[in-house]
Amino acid sequence: MDFTLKIWRQKNAKAKGKFVTYKVNGISDSSSFLEMLDVFNDQLVTKGEDPVVFDHDCREGICGTCSLYINGRPHGPDDAVTTCQLHMRKFKDGDTIVIEPWRSAAFPVIRDLMVDRQAFDKIIQAGGFISVNTGGIPDANAILIPKENADSSMDAASCIGCGACVAACKNASAMLFVAAKVSHFALLPQGKAEATRRVQAMVAKMDELGFGNCTNTGACEAECPKEISIDNIARMNREFLGAKIGAQKKVAKAGGF
Amino acid sequence: MTKLNSKIPLGPVATKWSNYKDHIALVNPSNKRKLDIIVVGTGLAGASAAASLGALGFKVKAFCYQDSPRRAHSIAAQGGINASKNYQNDGDSVYRLFYDTIKGGDYRAREGNVYRLAEVSGSIIDQSVALGVPFAREYGGLLDNRSFGGAQVSRTFYARGQTGQQLLLGAYSAMSRQVALGNVDSYTRHEMLDVVIVDGRARGIIARNLITGEIERHSAHAVVLATGGYGNVFFLSTNAMGSNATAVWKAYKKGAFFGNPCFTQIHPTCIPVHGDFQSKLTLMSESLRNDGRIWVPKNKEDVEKLRHNKLKPKDIVEENRDYYLERRYPAFGNLVPRDVASRAAKERCDAGFGVGETGLAVYLDFAASIKRLGRNVIEERYGNLFQMYQKIVDENPYENPMMIYPAVHYTMGGLWVDYDLMSSVPGLFVAGEANFSDHGANRLGASALMQGLADGYFVLPYTMQNYLADQINVPRFKTDLPEFAEAEKQVKSRIDKLFAIKGSKPVDYFHRQLGKIMWEYVGMARNKAGLQKAITMIREVKTEFWKDVKITGENSEVNPELEKAGRVADFIELGELMAMDALNREESCGGHFREEYQTPEGEALRNDEDFMYVAAWEYSCDGKDPILNKEPLEYVAIEVKQRNYK
Repeated sequence: MDFTLKIWRQKNAKAKGKFVTYKVNGISDSSSFLEMLDVFNDQLVTKGEDPVVFDHDCREGICGTCSLYINGRPHGPDDAVTTCQLHMRKFKDGDTIVIEPWRSAAFPVIRDLMVDRQAFDKIIQAGGFISVNTGGIPDANAILIPKENADSSMDAASCIGCGACVAACKNASAMLFVAAKVSHFALLPQGKAEATRRVQAMVAKMDELGFGNCTNTGACEAECPKEISIDNIARMNREFLGAKIGAQKKVAKAGGF
Repeated sequence: MTKLNSKIPLGPVATKWSNYKDHIALVNPSNKRKLDIIVVGTGLAGASAAASLGALGFKVKAFCYQDSPRRAHSIAAQGGINASKNYQNDGDSVYRLFYDTIKGGDYRAREGNVYRLAEVSGSIIDQSVALGVPFAREYGGLLDNRSFGGAQVSRTFYARGQTGQQLLLGAYSAMSRQVALGNVDSYTRHEMLDVVIVDGRARGIIARNLITGEIERHSAHAVVLATGGYGNVFFLSTNAMGSNATAVWKAYKKGAFFGNPCFTQIHPTCIPVHGDFQSKLTLMSESLRNDGRIWVPKNKEDVEKLRHNKLKPKDIVEENRDYYLERRYPAFGNLVPRDVASRAAKERCDAGFGVGETGLAVYLDFAASIKRLGRNVIEERYGNLFQMYQKIVDENPYENPMMIYPAVHYTMGGLWVDYDLMSSVPGLFVAGEANFSDHGANRLGASALMQGLADGYFVLPYTMQNYLADQINVPRFKTDLPEFAEAEKQVKSRIDKLFAIKGSKPVDYFHRQLGKIMWEYVGMARNKAGLQKAITMIREVKTEFWKDVKITGENSEVNPELEKAGRVADFIELGELMAMDALNREESCGGHFREEYQTPEGEALRNDEDFMYVAAWEYSCDGKDPILNKEPLEYVAIEVKQRNYK
């Protein structure tokens, strides 16, 4: 298969970026999208040009490293897959493919298609954990957890932290990412003890880092490669309101609980 | 021989670890604050070590090459984690997990280490549940288990097909909490390029900032390498694209011995190779063998018809199918250990019964289970794996059997460590897949997650304290010592040398060359002539690489080609050591199969008299052969037998 690629090229965080048009030929339809870029990059290197920089690692859809805004959609045209599992058979021979990085103030471009997603780590550090040290833990079966709760918690915990929800959102909101983590813990008895402080701390950090607000358009859910449900946002809002109305506790500093 | 002291505590195997813990030196809380530890790698072993050491009060610096610690390749582990909880009342115990692991490893692992692993396995489940890992549960609210290869009990805990993800996110969240508390500093997008040794002890690392290209010096009282395995020597493997051996290879060159480098695990159930531009292979979890039956056609006419699409697999009637694992190993059937299952698949394909376009595939069929349990049950158990298969192969595995073939997955070999998980360089600890210690010549499914977390949560916090107890008066290190300057100089000059080649071929070209040689001659079946040939060919690749590799751009920017070049240069050298080790080991054991040494039925034939030892290779200098040190293995608690899964 042959394609025309319009790729966002940007030398570094400070440089001005622009689209550059290239041709790539002879791609197998069973290649993944990133394998197509590998072939293309090998051609660039052989010509002595800088290859296109993009983030990727596991190439099996679970590490959350790969990104790419392809023809206006995070992770491209196929549903419920990351870019690394998108295959060229989803395109037509001769297609023009536009490839951009995630666009969000909270995810600045590092180079070409690579962005900085440390903001997600910072949100987790603000409260996305259960405060237990290693050791001195009761037996794993000491607390019964209804299967339905464990399953719903697992649904939320499946988030891979890729940032497609932010990229898809016109407000660049991180609500789905934060809500998935809040829900994952809120549905488990182990996470209940500090649920109130957790939701307040994580939401405060999200706001501080420059993510936008949620206006319920649902683009995040539609584009999430792991199909994380927008119901999690409703659950988080309940948790958040409950926390605000409830004890009116001052939000402890990050990690300080 | 005298160079290796495994420091296994005396006494019966069941009490070694508790005796050890009762008698080690400890560091009091106010002194812990004065001691720095570097942890390289943030997978299960690294993240759990950083979290646990940070919680104890040590000052930890954690490094990873990824953009976030959560992305380490432990995240991709699918099927589960073993623990000897005996929740199923099916006869499991610490001893049985210990026994299965030693036997599964074909009697090439240390009794002391493996017993400890089995002993702490239950605590890992407790710890993970407390951290919020949503393991699968039964309707009564208790934890569910499934069975895995190499065991007759159900001791595997799982979170759908994403167990590694959930366990890693648990360890990552614990580490994130320590970051917020100020006990752990997280350095992402940093790659370790050398270890710094001061007065015979590991005291720091040289790392490259992958964004700016800056070469940085970091000091500490002790260093932990938790950098994973080296399966990417084969180019195509189930490892992540960035998984590399550079950290352990640099440590090897600074005096850490390399244990059993030839012990590689070829996983039996991966999606077959599709073409020349394939970048990696995707695993289909071993847990699928619980409900999937593996077969190939009995008749070659059917093989031909399948290949030309004149027949569908479901058209082949029962009596014309060869369920070769069930036929050869009735007691374990489809759940034989990985090395056995992989070789059996190769045997059928080599004999001309392989299916698919290339003839290098076998069927993994769920039709019988779907009929017995219903499609919804299968979907609940393996839904995400089936979806992944469909996305990659474009075939529906609910309707047609999956096609699978073995692929490189895990490396049992790694840096040699003693009972403390310390390498032959004092102060340099090695955890998880990066060390050689617990799996012998073959790792059982669902045991990698167990070992990584055992090392990080429950072993290093004790053994490192024991090491650091006499270091409390050593002040924080400055990085202006000449040893740091020298190491930095070497790192920089190597980068300059790579850029100076200005050859004609991209890095991947050489990596593919190496991979082909390794798969052909140092893969599932090896022999003397092939290994000798491989060594010659690898040396040629090395020479050509240093003459003709082309790296674009410069050091002071994001430069993935430069990153790959450094890693591939190290893979080439490690590949040669793997071939040398495989050549030296004139026996078949576990994943190491030498064609010259097999039973009349084609099973691996060990030579305990001459090879019941750990081969610990010592670097001499470039151009000279490494020195082989041997650590004899002793079995006291277990009777050594020929492995039998019939």
